[in-house]
Amino acid sequence: MTQKEALFQYCLRLGDNALILGHRLSEWCSRAPFIEEDLALTNMSLDMIGRAQALLKYAAEVEGSGKTEDDLAYRRPEPKYFNHLITEQPNGDFAHTIARQLYISTFEYYFYSDLEKSKDKTLAAIASKAIKEVKYHLQHAADWTIRLGDGTEESRNRMQKAISDLWMWSGELFEMDEVENSLLKDGIAVDLIPIKALWSNHIKQVLTEATLNMPEEDYMQTGSRKGIHTENLGHILSEMQYLQRAYPDAKW
Amino acid sequence: MAKDTQLDLWEVFIQSKSGLPYVHAGSVHASDAKMAMQNARDTYTRRGEGTSIWLLPSKNIVASNPDDNEMLFDPSNDKVYRHPTFYVMPEGAKNI
Amino acid sequence: MHNEHTNQHFQLRIDNGEYIEAKDYMPDGYRKHLIRQISQHAHSEVIGMQPEGNWITRAPSLRSKQILLAKIQDEGGHGLYLYSAAETLGISRVELIDQLHSGKAKYSNIFNYPALNWADIGAIGWLVDGAAIVNQVSLQRTSYGPYSRAMVRICKEESFHQRQGYEIMANMMKGTKEQREMAQDAMNRWWWPALMMFGPHDTDSPHSSDAVKWKIKRETNDELRQKFIDKTVQQAEIIGLTIPDKDLKFNEKTGHYDIGKINWDEFHRVINGNGPCNKQRMEHHIKYHNEGAWVREAAEAYKKKRLAKQLEIA
Repeated sequence: MTQKEALFQYCLRLGDNALILGHRLSEWCSRAPFIEEDLALTNMSLDMIGRAQALLKYAAEVEGSGKTEDDLAYRRPEPKYFNHLITEQPNGDFAHTIARQLYISTFEYYFYSDLEKSKDKTLAAIASKAIKEVKYHLQHAADWTIRLGDGTEESRNRMQKAISDLWMWSGELFEMDEVENSLLKDGIAVDLIPIKALWSNHIKQVLTEATLNMPEEDYMQTGSRKGIHTENLGHILSEMQYLQRAYPDAKW
Repeated sequence: MAKDTQLDLWEVFIQSKSGLPYVHAGSVHASDAKMAMQNARDTYTRRGEGTSIWLLPSKNIVASNPDDNEMLFDPSNDKVYRHPTFYVMPEGAKNI
Repeated sequence: MHNEHTNQHFQLRIDNGEYIEAKDYMPDGYRKHLIRQISQHAHSEVIGMQPEGNWITRAPSLRSKQILLAKIQDEGGHGLYLYSAAETLGISRVELIDQLHSGKAKYSNIFNYPALNWADIGAIGWLVDGAAIVNQVSLQRTSYGPYSRAMVRICKEESFHQRQGYEIMANMMKGTKEQREMAQDAMNRWWWPALMMFGPHDTDSPHSSDAVKWKIKRETNDELRQKFIDKTVQQAEIIGLTIPDKDLKFNEKTGHYDIGKINWDEFHRVINGNGPCNKQRMEHHIKYHNEGAWVREAAEAYKKKRLAKQLEIA
């Protein structure tokens, strides 16, 4: 794998995370528990899709084959998508969405803080914009985890279930392979090993305040680094790519 | 199940640029101050309208009673000497 | 005697072009009319999120996905501004939503039509928002202060909505044959319902006279409809869309376009619950409102626990 190929792959991974999570969050539109929260979830979705656009645009540039960010988003099949499996998990109830947000935005908080120092100027610039958004997402997720955890009995049960249900998808966030390792040497990628401990500590802290239990270490699902997904992604893409696939000659 | 609620009402004041006064933008619903802040931000500053936000629970607002308007506001209408234009300056005097 | 005097005084203030504020005296009829109109307006914004929301996950480019999402988010925000304005009149949001669910409060009929192809997103922005804007611009000068202020903010934000819709239509008309067909199809389906958005003709409108006297409404249904027609016909022509009205003709004498007969039977049929999407829209709103109940309840419970803790400490 050349450095160029590694960088392309790295950008796809980050871009796909943002795109698929943004897609999931957008599904909340007109479905939130009250209208203010509808606006909040949409705002986060917009942050994510904007970030996906920047990252996929850069991926296309790195690849150098004249593609656009839309070509990458709308013309790749599932096995060529590299988003973490957790991002494609269904929204579930509000607690599941909040748990997903908590896991991901805690990860992204440490990740993008570090990527801001990347030797790759474009990634560093994207990261310094992203970190501002992520701080907000994290606060939102942590606040709601605490409210729901320490709210009613029903909300506590739902929040605990969501935290436990999504746990097995969290291990993948810290997987590193030759893509990360080769870029890490050049000071481009983020080292995920130290982030894992930071992540666990923060999650534990939030869950404690929320009077919830931290799930036990257990088997973690894996696959997305190699393009192997859950059944969810196929449905997401068949919706997302519908117009582009049905009318391949059309410009929109 | 408890009676349904749409959470408490908060009034939102936005400062659009540093140095300018805080102007009432509208209200939001939220159950606590942190949520109110996030909701105010998402509702009233989606287009970069703000540099700062003030919030207060709507129930804490004290408003004047319109029936008192004459008593409260009319007496100040005839205090013309409070306005600089009331005074006659000698012709030719500058910077005053 | 006193009350009559106050009503007279109120009308004097209106006639002088003053704005009425929440705590000011107002006749019951004025308050009722405002609650009905503002809540209908708020519910329309919120229910209006659904037809467009139908296309968020299928928007054909990252740019269009963001635009659409931002636009629908604005609609939600506008609903919120308007709920706030209605709340100043002494009705709670819980009551407002209850009235929507019970059918006591209405929302704009237009959202009982389906968004069937991507050009519908263009047509909704261009025609539906375009029609709404004509009405909203006029309402910026409505006599009730909180409503007027909400409308000023809404108009400022709405200005991109119509343009994005028209851009979609224009792009599709420059596109493939299939895209042009979709655009014309959307035009055919949305044109008449958009004209009906302004409500019945002035001669048949039950609420107009008081609303005009109180300056809640600044222009009549027919005046606003004509404004919309006059500006939209040229916009359709320039991108090659045909207005689905064989009687449409420019009237040299009046300087306005004359149109064919509006199908008021359809209007009444849809308003009375027999539009293609009435049930779907309402069920959607009720379903997600109910599904969110436990979240709202939890937030309240958390607040109370925190307050209790604070008191303990103090």
